[in-house]
Amino acid sequence: MTSATLAAQLDTIPKLLARNATTFGEKPASREKEFGIWQSWNWAEVHANVEEIALGMLAIGVKAGDHIVIVGKNRPALYWSMVAAQSVGAVPVPLYQDAVAEEMAYTLDHCGAKFVIVENQEQVDKIFEIPGQTESIKKVMYLDPRGLRKYDHRNLHSFEDIRTLGKEDQSRLQSMLAERQKVQNYDTTCVMLYTSGTTGKPKGVVLSNRNIIESAKSSSEFDDLKVGDSVLAYLPMAWVGDFIFSIGQCYWAGFCVSCPESEETMQNDLREIGPSYFFAPPRFFETVLTAVMIRMEDASKTKRRMFKFFMDVAKKVGPDLLVGKPVGFMDRLKYRLGTILVYGPLKNRMGMTRVRVGYTAGEAIGPEIFEFYRSLGINLKQLYGQTEASVFITLQPDGEVRPDTVGVPGPGVEIKIDDDGEVHYRSPGVFIEYFKNPESTASTKDPDGWVATGDAGFIEDDTGHLRIIDRAKDVGKMADGSLFAPKYVENKLKFYPNILEAVVFGADTDSCTAFINIDISAVGNWAERNNIAYGSYQELAGHERVLDVISGHVKEVNQSIASDPMLSGCQVHRFLVLHKELDADDGEMTRTRKVRRRIIGEKYNDLIKALTDGSKEIFTETEVTYEDGRKGSISATLQIRDVEVVARKAKAA
Amino acid sequence: MSSDQSTQTADGRTIGGPIMEVKDISLKFGGVTAIKNISFDINEGEIRAIIGPNGAGKTSMLNVINGFYHPQEGQIVFRGEARTAMRPYVAASQGISRTFQNVALFEGMSTLDNIMAGRTLKMKKNFFWQMLRFGPAEVEEFEHRKVVEEIIDFLEIQAIRKTPVGRLPYGLQKRVELGRALAAEPSLLLLDEPMAGMNVEEKEDMSRFILDVNDQFGTTIALIEHDMGVVMDIADRVVVLDYGQKIADGLPAEVQANQDVIDAYLGVAH
Repeated sequence: MTSATLAAQLDTIPKLLARNATTFGEKPASREKEFGIWQSWNWAEVHANVEEIALGMLAIGVKAGDHIVIVGKNRPALYWSMVAAQSVGAVPVPLYQDAVAEEMAYTLDHCGAKFVIVENQEQVDKIFEIPGQTESIKKVMYLDPRGLRKYDHRNLHSFEDIRTLGKEDQSRLQSMLAERQKVQNYDTTCVMLYTSGTTGKPKGVVLSNRNIIESAKSSSEFDDLKVGDSVLAYLPMAWVGDFIFSIGQCYWAGFCVSCPESEETMQNDLREIGPSYFFAPPRFFETVLTAVMIRMEDASKTKRRMFKFFMDVAKKVGPDLLVGKPVGFMDRLKYRLGTILVYGPLKNRMGMTRVRVGYTAGEAIGPEIFEFYRSLGINLKQLYGQTEASVFITLQPDGEVRPDTVGVPGPGVEIKIDDDGEVHYRSPGVFIEYFKNPESTASTKDPDGWVATGDAGFIEDDTGHLRIIDRAKDVGKMADGSLFAPKYVENKLKFYPNILEAVVFGADTDSCTAFINIDISAVGNWAERNNIAYGSYQELAGHERVLDVISGHVKEVNQSIASDPMLSGCQVHRFLVLHKELDADDGEMTRTRKVRRRIIGEKYNDLIKALTDGSKEIFTETEVTYEDGRKGSISATLQIRDVEVVARKAKAA
Repeated sequence: MSSDQSTQTADGRTIGGPIMEVKDISLKFGGVTAIKNISFDINEGEIRAIIGPNGAGKTSMLNVINGFYHPQEGQIVFRGEARTAMRPYVAASQGISRTFQNVALFEGMSTLDNIMAGRTLKMKKNFFWQMLRFGPAEVEEFEHRKVVEEIIDFLEIQAIRKTPVGRLPYGLQKRVELGRALAAEPSLLLLDEPMAGMNVEEKEDMSRFILDVNDQFGTTIALIEHDMGVVMDIADRVVVLDYGQKIADGLPAEVQANQDVIDAYLGVAH
């Protein structure tokens, strides 16, 4: 079979599903832990389920081209609903489940959704909270009936009701379903995903079947993903990565997607499933490493010494062993012993025993953190991607893994760097358009299909690897004309376990300053060991000795920055530790936990002023939003610390 | 006692006739009178709150209802059957479950085992069968485990299923205790200060669970609570005790406006 005819046959996700149901019908496709037991569905069962839901959708009058919004945590039924929506010619639009009602109102209104599928009462409440929703939304369907019995059910249906409606009229609807599927092809819309938007309102990225299937295909081939692999679906369904992993690659390669029991049980479920393909943002790896280190601090002396000894061995030879480089006999022996005593149990604890391909992306990962996992024999790699690219722009091939690059262009991806240093790409995964937003589409994608990433970077001459410096928009100049790259500095700060988040300011000024968020678990544990009493996050964050510790970290970072002549102007002269954690509910971060620099700058304008005018402390009051949408405020007096900087060498001509 | 007395609430629940009536109960410890001549009833399907200042006799009242204390005078009518005192065992096997003011869990046991313990009275196979690892007792255990898992799912405590309860924060221990009481599939659930010592968020969660238990399983609930806000929000009817006497009984709004209640809470010279 040529690839052209293959593409003609398998040009939609529902068609891939039909193929999977016949080719590997008995192989597991979805798993979910419920009532303490892993429930499993094979491909044939998933196919039957999706069809049932699709018929139900037809029964309640879903039309081709309608947008069906899906909100909830990762659950098989919600994934099936997305594919069912595609089957009937509708467009699935997954949204972030933790979005507050206002955010949801914007997207619901923007895509003009008539149908919404939600997980539970919490989401139903949010939808009904939106004023004027009753006119535009025809039906809301829910999975979990708990607490909803008393609700007005005129526009509200349980998922089971929908399935039943479909079954009642099966024969008529079946032919309708076939009709709907016939008109879909490689260029019809597969999914619409809202970008989290570090700036401004979220944009609806329209991706075609071609985008998703081509990306899934080439990336699956890149890492040899196949039936028998398994992943844990725990990242937000609204995020493009989850769509590619849990639907694109899963349906293309035919591997199994497991859904955790609840958010809190994720670590435990990860251990039980032992996925062979795993993706997590850098923050996840940081948190796990921090947890391991905290436990080791509390372990007995013998264990601590054993851990240290074998981790040193692993650091020395682990990464080499992983890529099959020659390693001395004694070191091999020690590593073997370490695997039995330390690495094996540790990997098992982290649920990464079987990980064959692991990826991290979204932010820079600390080199120490990255090396830690690789030295244990976990094949952790980096990739660089965007919603607009159907994820993949560059990936690191096995054997060429480094912490400071994001890899080489993926199959079929072309990359160019423009005169300002901004990275552009063109690939089969490039999105169709931003929904109802031709201006943004035109400014992002040029007529030849090149897309601007908004990131500044360069390609290494000798290796062909791409290196990302910072958001192009954020890179600026300081008052004396030297380069200002805030994220570069922030990442260096964040590599310290005690620092959770950092925001650096300094464009058009004489010196850089920083906001710091402490990591409560790491600093809290440190405080406990040092007999420092504290009653709240705020109190700990303002503690004299905590500030001393952070001050030490900033000083070290300054030394490290000073060694790079191009960026030595970015040393942090003054900093303060914020009295609250930056939070997506307050609009300070995106739902994918990226800092919204501009909003923070506006909100904490008083603090920035204090940082630059030389005052020793500042009183501030901040509005906070609770999870249920209520607002309150907290006030604090923050100390501002000066940090030693390394004198800049005379500029080389 | 019949269903013809049943009424619909505004939110669509059905409240039946009295499932329990306490009549002229008096309880003395030596010379101290804890409860003086109190009567009230609890209707099937409702959430009934018992409130009052410290030492008003609320917990004593609950202890009388589930048979832990034996009143000197008065009668308790449960499901049409009148008696002066019940033994706790009988109360439990007839469908009365409770939680305690100071959490009373088996600290060294896991959440799962604690809730499983709530199924004890439902276990039919004898000790000898239970000593075997297979056979009818095993089949029975599967059934019980299923119920327990449903409760764990309901209370959203999957993440602490295998954690010894002694290690859990107080708010979660309270939730586990509610789980254990639910495991007996009670028709009347007695909650002794389910929200004591909780922060606002935990209180909201707990209120949600209490309403959901009442709604989903139709369980009648009698609860003691200090937080007036919570009581006003979730209770259908409220009885107010002070110094062992009943000073008010009625809808939350009525009780709140009652001068005696205001005096009892704010304190006037007696």
